[in-house]
Amino acid sequence: MTRTSSSSRLGRGLLWLVVIVIVLGLLAWLATQVIRGTRPVTAAAQAPSAELIKQGEYVAQLGDCAACHTAKGGKPFAGGLPIAAPIGTIYSSNITPDADHGIGNYSYADFERAVRQGVKRNGDTLYPAMPYPSYAGVSDQDMQALYAYFMHGVAPVAQATPANAIRWPLSLRWPLTYWRWLYAPRVASEAVAVQMHDPVLARGAYLVDSLGHCGACHTPRAPTLQERAISDRQGSLFLSGGAADNWLAPSLRGEMQNGLGSVSENELASFLKSGRSQNLAAFGGMSDVVTHSTRYMTDADVEAVARYLKSLSAHSEQAALSYDSATRNALHSGNVAQVGARLYVDNCATCHRTDGRGYGQTFPALAGNPVVNGAAPDSLIRLVLRGSTMPAGRDAPTQFSMPAFDSRLSDQDIAEVLSFVRAGWGNQGAAVTAAQVQALRAALPAGQAGPMTDYDPRNH
Amino acid sequence: MIRMKPVDVVVVGFGWTGSIMAKELTEEGLNVVALERGQYQDTSPDFSYPNIADELAYGIRGKLFQPLARETLTVRHGLADTAVPYRQYGAFLLGNNVGGAGAHWNGQHFRPSPEDLNLNSHIRQRYGDKFMPEDMTIQDYGMSYDELEPFLGQFEDVCGTSGQAGNLNGQKVAGGNPFEGMRSRAYPNPPVADTYAAKLFANAARAAGYHPFPQPSSNASQPYTNPYGARLGPCNLCGFCERFGCFMYSKASPQTTIMPALMQRPNFTLRTNSYVTRVNLDSTGKRATGVTYIDAQGREVEQPADIVIMSAFQMHNVRLMLMSKIGKPYDPVTGTGVIGKNFAYQMMSSMSVFFDKDVAINPFIGAGSGGSQIVDDFNSDHFDHGPLGFVGGGYIIGGQTGGRPIQQLAVPPGTPAWGADWKRAARDSYLHTTSVVTHGSVMSYRDRYIDLDPTYKDAHGLPLLRLTFDWHDNEYKMSRFLTDRALEIVKQMNPRQHSLLIRQQGDHFDVRQYQTTHTTGGVITGTDPSSSALNKYLQNWDVHNLFVPGASAFPQNIGYNPTGLIGGLTYYAAKAIRETYLKNPGPMVQA
Repeated sequence: MTRTSSSSRLGRGLLWLVVIVIVLGLLAWLATQVIRGTRPVTAAAQAPSAELIKQGEYVAQLGDCAACHTAKGGKPFAGGLPIAAPIGTIYSSNITPDADHGIGNYSYADFERAVRQGVKRNGDTLYPAMPYPSYAGVSDQDMQALYAYFMHGVAPVAQATPANAIRWPLSLRWPLTYWRWLYAPRVASEAVAVQMHDPVLARGAYLVDSLGHCGACHTPRAPTLQERAISDRQGSLFLSGGAADNWLAPSLRGEMQNGLGSVSENELASFLKSGRSQNLAAFGGMSDVVTHSTRYMTDADVEAVARYLKSLSAHSEQAALSYDSATRNALHSGNVAQVGARLYVDNCATCHRTDGRGYGQTFPALAGNPVVNGAAPDSLIRLVLRGSTMPAGRDAPTQFSMPAFDSRLSDQDIAEVLSFVRAGWGNQGAAVTAAQVQALRAALPAGQAGPMTDYDPRNH
Repeated sequence: MIRMKPVDVVVVGFGWTGSIMAKELTEEGLNVVALERGQYQDTSPDFSYPNIADELAYGIRGKLFQPLARETLTVRHGLADTAVPYRQYGAFLLGNNVGGAGAHWNGQHFRPSPEDLNLNSHIRQRYGDKFMPEDMTIQDYGMSYDELEPFLGQFEDVCGTSGQAGNLNGQKVAGGNPFEGMRSRAYPNPPVADTYAAKLFANAARAAGYHPFPQPSSNASQPYTNPYGARLGPCNLCGFCERFGCFMYSKASPQTTIMPALMQRPNFTLRTNSYVTRVNLDSTGKRATGVTYIDAQGREVEQPADIVIMSAFQMHNVRLMLMSKIGKPYDPVTGTGVIGKNFAYQMMSSMSVFFDKDVAINPFIGAGSGGSQIVDDFNSDHFDHGPLGFVGGGYIIGGQTGGRPIQQLAVPPGTPAWGADWKRAARDSYLHTTSVVTHGSVMSYRDRYIDLDPTYKDAHGLPLLRLTFDWHDNEYKMSRFLTDRALEIVKQMNPRQHSLLIRQQGDHFDVRQYQTTHTTGGVITGTDPSSSALNKYLQNWDVHNLFVPGASAFPQNIGYNPTGLIGGLTYYAAKAIRETYLKNPGPMVQA
């Protein structure tokens, strides 16, 4: 019967297709195995100077290595921090100089290849949770200091890295090699590419684009997960806002409403040093960045980063926000006819105040805050649901917490109060729906007792 | 028995004095371990809004206090009575958990008057040796106000105290307390704005010829960064201070003022659920070798240390001294011995002041200390006691600390205690009622003391403390005099009605009635080892590496809230340890 013969023809075709795919796959795999064999050869290591080790410690802080490689309550750089990636859970590796579990057997060339090119000592390609596309631009000098620090300034810890929880076939490592070939920039071409007339801007660009790998969170990613621009030269998508771990990372470019357009260079510098400023407060992943990295930056480096970020053009043109006192006047006169207004007065106004301006360096402003005016409200919803704790800054050890409201406010309540906040005092954020709140409530992992400081023994 | 690695300093109890000592001594580079019998707790999540504003859980059931079912003390009025356990919170609130009573105080932050520190010699000098009752056993502290002054100021700076100076470097300043001792620095923050009731009180007090001023308050009037870098939020007068933790980061506590800087120090370790049972001594009995505690798993643990800071709550310091057999226990019959000697308390009277409905008091606007007004004309020796025939005094306070429904709702005298009439009166009065309170000193007496109870034991099988205390005539007289002055002010306020609660001759000390909570004495400072347990540096006379800060060091009680003096004494002792003791460990005052 025609039906049978056509289906058997189809069957034969499929079989061939499968065979071809398998053969191609084997060849693709084989190619990655051939390449992996060539471990770089290096000269014998010599003991570095204390100064170089110290310098390396600072480079490690600028590179924020600890944010991923030191688990909460764990030994420094012993890894084991679970990182939620779209393909599953990746555990950060032990990068202490322990020979069995860490990188004690890495030569400088092995180390350099891992950090800047994303290739492990055994030839495997690293998951791009390790931001080697950004680190490709790290200078040789900093690489050498970093190596000296990790070999001689960090205590070895004999602690095995937990196996990643990724399902087959996504758990196959070798296809990553192609990802790397496609998306990770070449070291030589990028390292020297920062050429700016202003040395402060140049330093800022180096810190932001390369060492600080700000784009890892703040640049949008393609469906294949590479950052859509690895530097400003690739276009204004660079640092135009991204997402990580159920938080939205706001744009660091010059948009007037939800970028840094309205944030002064000084305020930005205060934010980086202290995790807070007159109007802003760090939360989410940025808390870790302040804790492990920016609070250690020298004043000159902070200034360089702030100036460089302020030099980035807006990705989209936005009118500047202007403060509208109507909201303040209404709340002052006891007008809480709107459900959102009533919820705001009952739950938020004590700290953020009826004028929406908060208290400087203490409780952030909501009026004109770029995060409040973000295109999507995810971070705001999450803040209200779970609360957040400010990181300890350089001279600001107090870690103010916003409480979690998930057990007090319904999805509808949160939608109402956030819609009120996003439209109040001249803010221009779109309304929030209960469905958006519900979705995020469901997506968040089971919470702890509430926001806690870094030093709270129950937090470890 | 588990033996821990020896450390330089072990701190027993992690409230105000323990955290101050830990901070100051870690700055000296010493390795410090603090042992706290209670739980860890911090502003978030433990004091978060709105959960902390639960009057039943915290105000009535005392969630932040020492759990009395596990450990309490027994109380009796006289030597011939049998003491029975204090089973429900009333007269005093025992600190527990990280932050101790410093987490749930009101923030009423006073300094003592200069004469409070040498009260015995001052009274004898001004009024003669025969002025005091024979059984009154008040003593001098051993240090002068001028010696202590910088440290009282240091503690105010740490707490971000809000207030108005009245005597800056000897110059009188308008608007402050004209009776206060010289202060070398102004308060770090301006006063908290007065509540409406406080304004009514202050106007009336001025009309009566007195000198009202804003209550010094460790409820910050504005955001403030203290010398440790810790930052306070501004008080919003929510009315949940005493018995509660502060969700606004505005009430000074170890959590808000010290821990952010201390907890990150690598040479500091805090162990909670660690119940210290005794200080260990070497074979000479002159040197402490550390402490023994019971950990969360019920195991006995020894923590060796070169210096022991006994910084538990006042009562518990006395108990630890007695259980460790350090110093001679006080004997009320012979009047000899020092440990447990000179327990004292305070005596209050209170007036609820009821206005008509045209006066909007809105009592839910209140703070533990901010926003109230004080009259200090009749405290310490600010007035001539000669014709009055009593020692001591107190302040008069106007305003309210909150409008909580269970404990802070007053109905006019004559209202039934329940039913429809009570409800109507409660509804009619709530928004239009405030209070005027007197807060008076209690002197120390030969028969008022603390020892170990012969019968009752705690959950670990260790003897409970026994408190022997009742009022003396001196305090009834003091309270009557002070209350009459307060009533003059109340009259000037021209309310519709007022009520009065006062202790008078024939009234016994009643643990069921709340008053001030300020228990003092038992491990007192002084000038002489035969009459005191500590020298002026809070150093034990017998065991030189043992320091005992806290209200237990007060030789008698003052007319003020004690925390300002406790903090000042602790910083004074900490400096002596840092600058003198560490260089040459030994007694810092020769007996």
